[in-house]
Amino acid sequence: MTDANRKSVEIKNLDLNFGAVKVLRNLNLDVYEGEFLVLLGSSGCGKSTLLNCIAGLLEITEGQIWIKGTNVTWAEPSARGIGMVFQSYALYPQMTVEGNMSFGLKNARVPKPQIKERVARAAEVLQIEPLLKRKPSALSGGQRQRVAIGRALVRDVDVFLFDEPLSNLDAKLRADLRVELKQLHHRLKNTMIYVTHDQVEAMTLASRIAIMKDGMIQQLASPEEIYSRPANLYVADFIGSPAMNLVKGTVSGNRFTSGALSIPLDGYDFTRPAKGEAWFGIRPEHILVGDDARTGDAVLDLEAEVVEPLGSDTLILTSLNGGRFWLRTDGQTRIRSGDHITVGLRTADASLFDTGDEARL
Amino acid sequence: MSDPGILAVTKAGTDPVRAQLDGPSGTRPRRLISRRNIFLYGTLILVSLYYLLPLYVMIVTSLKGMPEIRMGNIFAPPVEITFEPWVKAWSEACTGLNCDGLSRGFWNSVRITVPSVILSIAIASVNGYALANWRFKGADIFFTILIFGAFIPYQVMLYPIVILLREMGLYGTLWGLVLVHSVFGMPILTLLFRNYFTSLPEELFKAARVDGAGFWGIYFQIMLPMSLPIFVVAMILQVTGIWNDFLFGVVYTKPEYYPMTVQLNNIVNSVQGVKEYNVNMAATILTGLVPLVIYFVSGRLFVRGIAAGAVKG
Ligand SMILES: Nc1ncnc2c1ncn2[C@@H]1O[C@H](COP(=O)(O)OP(=O)(O)OP(=O)(O)O)[C@@H](O)[C@H]1O
Ligand SMILES: [Mg+2]
Repeated sequence: MTDANRKSVEIKNLDLNFGAVKVLRNLNLDVYEGEFLVLLGSSGCGKSTLLNCIAGLLEITEGQIWIKGTNVTWAEPSARGIGMVFQSYALYPQMTVEGNMSFGLKNARVPKPQIKERVARAAEVLQIEPLLKRKPSALSGGQRQRVAIGRALVRDVDVFLFDEPLSNLDAKLRADLRVELKQLHHRLKNTMIYVTHDQVEAMTLASRIAIMKDGMIQQLASPEEIYSRPANLYVADFIGSPAMNLVKGTVSGNRFTSGALSIPLDGYDFTRPAKGEAWFGIRPEHILVGDDARTGDAVLDLEAEVVEPLGSDTLILTSLNGGRFWLRTDGQTRIRSGDHITVGLRTADASLFDTGDEARL
Repeated sequence: MSDPGILAVTKAGTDPVRAQLDGPSGTRPRRLISRRNIFLYGTLILVSLYYLLPLYVMIVTSLKGMPEIRMGNIFAPPVEITFEPWVKAWSEACTGLNCDGLSRGFWNSVRITVPSVILSIAIASVNGYALANWRFKGADIFFTILIFGAFIPYQVMLYPIVILLREMGLYGTLWGLVLVHSVFGMPILTLLFRNYFTSLPEELFKAARVDGAGFWGIYFQIMLPMSLPIFVVAMILQVTGIWNDFLFGVVYTKPEYYPMTVQLNNIVNSVQGVKEYNVNMAATILTGLVPLVIYFVSGRLFVRGIAAGAVKG
């Protein structure tokens, strides 16, 4: 069973420089046993670098890495009890699927019958038994990725590391494998650290998400928390599509005001006392439209400029105080561009950010 | 269905519809004799003639007897084909004191080329692999120095190496020459292998490390099987280079170990007796045969190697 309090991977004051380029700066991260941790961030923020550090494929500059209570900072990748799955699958082209999966075990001098047994079990879990005798070049993208996961699976490791394993696959296959990965995690209950820049993957798979920017973790929390209480402006803007609406204004006397918008902040859960300039943020899907609009803490009249029907729901672009303001309504809406719509905002759904350090208020 | 436009889209293959399409359709017709073609093929034929004519003259001459050659028409095909000159070139032609033909030089060249090629490729491939995948301290400096070595003219190093070999006790021996060839092949071969290994996906190397393979394990089990094309390229380069070498062969060995090229020179430039053009031609072709064969045989392998490597795993 998983133990939520036992640490599986600990990263302590990690620095990583490529020559003069500081990629990771004083990074601290604890991953608990059985957890599915997703590292999410835009391209070049250092996700793969962090993963490679954990795997031991990059020599770190400062700090320590502990896995299962052992300091593995100087240990070889194969001695760390990790398995890794790469974006490009990285299957050995000249070996069969079976050869690929048993390569690690052969290097570890596991006895032959045991290798056979473990490969067979992993192949059964991943449903790749009919492919065992094939070469990677004779497999589809999805099958290749399954084999790559199998290669990590047979080694019976504590921690799985995934570096964007699904990003080379088409949308449909990605969705399928995502579900399979989640089921696999439920079954195996290993610790998994998963790098992606796809927020849907992050939200659906993660027990906790670490949002990274410029080699630093911006927020480390559950998907719900990250979605509803982003820790700073970057996280708020990064998660959600379309992004959170942001309006600049002032906080004074428990009210936020900005042009036509004036909303009481009585229901808002402040993290620190606030006064003066601030960003007011609200997600498009939290804006009340139609009959509910009047129940909001602030009621506004907006003009629909662009209407984008997506089938399941409809996006409407309006403008508020000169800035873009997106709303999301259900797919059955009759609103056309040019219509005036009444919308309601609830304080409890909103986020406030300092304009200075951009942290949550 | 009466609308021909729709029909054309849905049933492009049926003939009645195709008959209705007018204007350009299908493959654009090209005239065989156009100005472009004349120019293109004309140039190609001219260039081929330029290269093939000397070869033709050589082959034709080598198959003639001396009386026929004296008649003077070098382009005429042999009236009476004789293989006498070839036999003589191979086993009877005289260089200096001994008269056992080119065969001695051939075997010397084999004994020089085979170990040199194997040794230089073995070392250079490991060098290139280490430089590409195991970024050790000072790797860049090491690589720069090595590449710099490729630009130093051989002549500068000729004499220092004589002394070096003499001190090592290898001067005048086959192994001395093998060593020299291996060392001089190192810069360009290392560069070749390093660039090739760098072009292989880095994640494969990482995966192998996670799988617990070490330096040699990764080299032999992962890298080597994927590198057939570059090994063939290196082999062609080295075999032709070492086989055709004259300078090192003449400087660093004794007459009994002279490679084929040096011996060919001695036969052709021998001042005694009459000039036997047919024997000289046969000897020259014989000497050039090995690189030629290597090129034809491995050229095909090379193409196959590239095709095999193109299937990404
Ligand atoms: N070998 C290297 N030398 C110098 N800089 C490097 C090297 N490798 C990566 N970097 C830099 O480190 C930063 C982080 O790279 P990393 O590969 O970790 O990004 P990432 O978050 O995985 O991005 P992506 O989503 O595009 O994969 C980038 O700015 C990159 O330019
Ligand atoms: Mg990456």
